[in-house]
Amino acid sequence: MNLCALTIHEARASLGAGHVTATALTRACLTRIHALNPRLNAFLTVNADEALQQAAAADERLRREGAAAFNDQPLLGVPLGIKDVLSTRGLRTTAGSRILEHYTPAWDATCVARLRAAGAVLLGKTNTDEFAMGSSTENSAFGVTRNPWDEARVPGGSSGGSAAAVAADLCCAALGSDTGGSVRQPAALCGITGLKNSYGRVSRYGLIAYASSLDSVGVLAKDARDAAIMLEVIAGHDPHDSTSAARPVEGWEQALNGDIRGLRIGVPREYFIPGMQPEVTEAVRAGIETLRSLGASVIDISLPSTTLALPVYYLIATAEASANLARFDSVRYGLRVPGADLVDTYRKTRGAGFGAEVKRRIMLGTYALSAGYYDAYYVRAQKVRTLIKQEFERAFAQVDLIVAPTSPTTAFKIGEKADDPIQMYLSDIFTLTMNLAGICGVSIPCGFDTAGLPIGMQLMGAAFDEKTVLRAADAFQRNTEWHLRKPAL
Amino acid sequence: MPDPTPAPTLSPAEVERIALLARLDLTEDEKSRYAGQLSAILEYAATLMTVNVDDIPPTATVLDARNVMRAEDIPAPGLSREEALANAPRTDGASFEVQATFDNGD
Repeated sequence: MNLCALTIHEARASLGAGHVTATALTRACLTRIHALNPRLNAFLTVNADEALQQAAAADERLRREGAAAFNDQPLLGVPLGIKDVLSTRGLRTTAGSRILEHYTPAWDATCVARLRAAGAVLLGKTNTDEFAMGSSTENSAFGVTRNPWDEARVPGGSSGGSAAAVAADLCCAALGSDTGGSVRQPAALCGITGLKNSYGRVSRYGLIAYASSLDSVGVLAKDARDAAIMLEVIAGHDPHDSTSAARPVEGWEQALNGDIRGLRIGVPREYFIPGMQPEVTEAVRAGIETLRSLGASVIDISLPSTTLALPVYYLIATAEASANLARFDSVRYGLRVPGADLVDTYRKTRGAGFGAEVKRRIMLGTYALSAGYYDAYYVRAQKVRTLIKQEFERAFAQVDLIVAPTSPTTAFKIGEKADDPIQMYLSDIFTLTMNLAGICGVSIPCGFDTAGLPIGMQLMGAAFDEKTVLRAADAFQRNTEWHLRKPAL
Repeated sequence: MPDPTPAPTLSPAEVERIALLARLDLTEDEKSRYAGQLSAILEYAATLMTVNVDDIPPTATVLDARNVMRAEDIPAPGLSREEALANAPRTDGASFEVQATFDNGD
């Protein structure tokens, strides 16, 4: 048995029955990271010593109590990866940036604290585009992550390190963050399951902020059941984040009954466009047919504002980023490059510490917020955002779920889009809308192209309806085997 | 009042003005590259100018919550001075050290 290939629910069954120890499972993951990370660059920091201590503590409790220990520690002994934009107490957190290369947080992000409380083993921190700004992990200051299905290609981004780590069986599951598609798009490009939660479902406390009205913590997993298990641990109100919703944590795993009879699925015509890879269209259409064969009804719908999402996103996200990243002033933490005076120190530090894409977005956001352009760009984008949100609300009065491709293409080659920001931004064209509307969704594997690269299908649900999204994804996975395929490494 | 039509092409002087506002030191090469790329992105964004948004309120957050207050102010332990200073580029052991902001006549 390849221990590293276990899902969370499989690992729990083995741990609970005493067939495997958390220490053996953790050692297997660390060994595999040691062997494959030099090729993939999925992990930036490996937390081996602490992980083994956490595993030993888990084993002690499992020896005493067996599977009953999972009742209050549902992730006991389960090895996980954490995207390096989430603060981890005592463990270096870089956000993929030179400016935070030597930063060690004094506190945990709330979602990380909840993983610890649930007994999880934290294997380390995964690579990301700098400050989660990107669609390929090429913007990481610490080198690109390689796609386990084809190492000449990107894993997607910005949670590319977490996606590659899960796809390559370096861990059972991982946390990511999704501001415009950064969980779903890499999940699609790496052939795994990626859950983007409703805005406010999971606390953002300790998530290094990119665009505060769009940021969400999400899960990269081997199947929908694991995503549900993870969500139950990390969801719920947090007094440290006033935008975390006071909604109850539901029994999402319990709700996975495989039954989607009568579910109304909308297929938006704007998500099938000229120029997208034909194999993606075919695989997603076939996936929709599978859902229909399981008892769902399928209707064509229209979301006409979809084409406006990209400019709206890049004005709002960059405006918020320009404000959020003002905190990197070299005073309390991070790089300092001394200048002639304080302003010069700020400018030299930020000029040297931020990479090209981060500077580009700060510049765009600063411009969009500057005097004379604020109403024309920023406020107008916020108004069009309202139209996009209203369109989804009208659609969800008619259907329970919206199904579409996650990304217009499969994984692209490293360097292919690096010099053309707009081409790069277009790879998120189908995912941005959900962040603008604040709704939830999951990307699941639904096929492979002729080059053997995975294709992702996106199931979108109304705000706070993770239950329907996960139930449909799980029902699909009970009847298909796309999510079970593994890259040859 | 109609929104003013923004100029989509950025001049080098305008790039420098934005870079100063953003507290970024840019090389000449970066300035010319960003001038071109930002102009292209803004031109792309100009499609928004054709959308009728009369009477549409802006969305700053998708949540219904407004002005969330703490239920009560419960004292809790915070960071120690040592922890707070641990990541600072320069300290005197008690405070963060920065260059003087005001000319104090030295």
